[in-house]
Amino acid sequence: MKREDLIKLLLSKMGRSIVRIEEMPNNDIIMEIYTDDLVPIMVSMKKDEDLRFTTLMNQLGVDYGESFAVIYNLYSFDLDNKLTVKVYMDKDNPEVDSVEHIFRGVNWFERETYDLLGIRFKGHGNLERLLLPPDWEGHPLRKDYVYPEVYNGLELKRKTLLEE
Amino acid sequence: MAHFLTEEMILNMGPHHPSTHGVLRFILQTDGEMMRRAVPDIGFLHRGIEKIAELVPYQSFMPFTDRIDYLASACCNLGYAVTVERLAGIEIPEKADYLRIIAAELTRIGSHLIGLGALLLDLGAVTPFVHALRERETFNDLMEALCGARLTHNYVRIGGVSHDEPPSFREKTRKFIDHIENEFIDEFNELASFNTIFINRMVNVGVISPEQAIEHCLVGPNLRGSGVKYDVRKNDPYSIYDRLDFDVPVGHGKFGTLGDCYDRYWVRVEEVRESCRIIRQALDQMPESGAIRTKLTRAFKPPKGEIYVRTECPRGEMGFYLISDGGASPYRLKIRTGSFTSMAIISEVSQGVMVADLVAIIGSFDIVAPEVDR
Repeated sequence: MKREDLIKLLLSKMGRSIVRIEEMPNNDIIMEIYTDDLVPIMVSMKKDEDLRFTTLMNQLGVDYGESFAVIYNLYSFDLDNKLTVKVYMDKDNPEVDSVEHIFRGVNWFERETYDLLGIRFKGHGNLERLLLPPDWEGHPLRKDYVYPEVYNGLELKRKTLLEE
Repeated sequence: MAHFLTEEMILNMGPHHPSTHGVLRFILQTDGEMMRRAVPDIGFLHRGIEKIAELVPYQSFMPFTDRIDYLASACCNLGYAVTVERLAGIEIPEKADYLRIIAAELTRIGSHLIGLGALLLDLGAVTPFVHALRERETFNDLMEALCGARLTHNYVRIGGVSHDEPPSFREKTRKFIDHIENEFIDEFNELASFNTIFINRMVNVGVISPEQAIEHCLVGPNLRGSGVKYDVRKNDPYSIYDRLDFDVPVGHGKFGTLGDCYDRYWVRVEEVRESCRIIRQALDQMPESGAIRTKLTRAFKPPKGEIYVRTECPRGEMGFYLISDGGASPYRLKIRTGSFTSMAIISEVSQGVMVADLVAIIGSFDIVAPEVDR
């Protein structure tokens, strides 16, 4: 399907939830939606006969400074369409609904995003740290992350020869 | 009647286990020889590559992409370079395109040789692994002649490649792929793939249906092993893959059920053949001479924007989501790797199998631990 047609189709089907929709480089479409509408949108993305976005290829979180965002890359095997869905959330209380029950493979992606950015996913079954140790403090991919100097008695900062 | 011990046992496999392909750990809940569940515990090799990307200039990040998947470094280089080039709209010389594809497909052969050999080694067959490593040595020599490095090649640059082909590179590469396609694969199949003991260990173990594979976001040979005909090189071509003619092998339950360990193994064997075909065509079409690199400014800054580019690595789709704010280094770079989702599915596939079969399942996914952790 052509990009213009897909944009028209999406606007007619779920126009009320869409904040912004435009073309993106690499033959892709970026669609920003209201955070509260994420789960119903994702359900209809997967179930709708004209869309059939059956798989979630990638998920990531971003720290934009004044707000956080979670981005989902959807792909349809049947129709060969790509779509990027984006939701924004507050910096103070970064929380969004989990889509784990719709796309089961997203489980680890959400855990990774929680681990590295501290975005919480409501309704996720097992939201624990994935890559970092459980007692690690802070979320490294945040822009205001302060590098720790000691972890469990280990010196993390390497001294140069001149400092020793 | 004697009482059997029916308690559940928690066992630890790894982090330093010979069959876990790098540093990763499984917590096994077993009931005798039967397994209730295997929970992967990852993160031992987390180096924060995505954070490093935010701190270094665009060109300087290239050597780090080698370390995402050290068995397929040229493919990782290529993915990152294509992402930045598409965002910045950089045209690259034709010869560089061909050299990139040849390097990437040679790397795919080298990576699959290790993957197939290591799987057999895990199941107790040492000889095929040594045979595979013998062929990989030639691949290492070829890459060394091309770019000077044997493991972390750092060959592709944003805007081209680092070195032109050395003298007699084409003949040597042709000889290598002829040998692989006509002699080695047949020998390897006779030695290992069609061995009854090996087949019995692999068929009907770790079965993943096509629906399950799509649901769990599997990619690459693991997805194709379940019978889904999907390859980024065909479905969303990048570089010059649209000019080359090749097939996409899929699993079809060769000896057992569709989507079992043997199907995933067999897809990799077939992919080696397809890579040989691609390299042969690329060698024929490659221009004799020409520029190999577009010069970029020293302080290269792509325009503001976001892009998601997918490329096909030996372990499946490698996606780079790049956000640029117009600065000298990426604002955010997310690297989506194939092993990450393969690893996530193990706890589901491993329910109710024998402990020894878990080794076959892990091996058939061809997981490389640093790619999971990044």
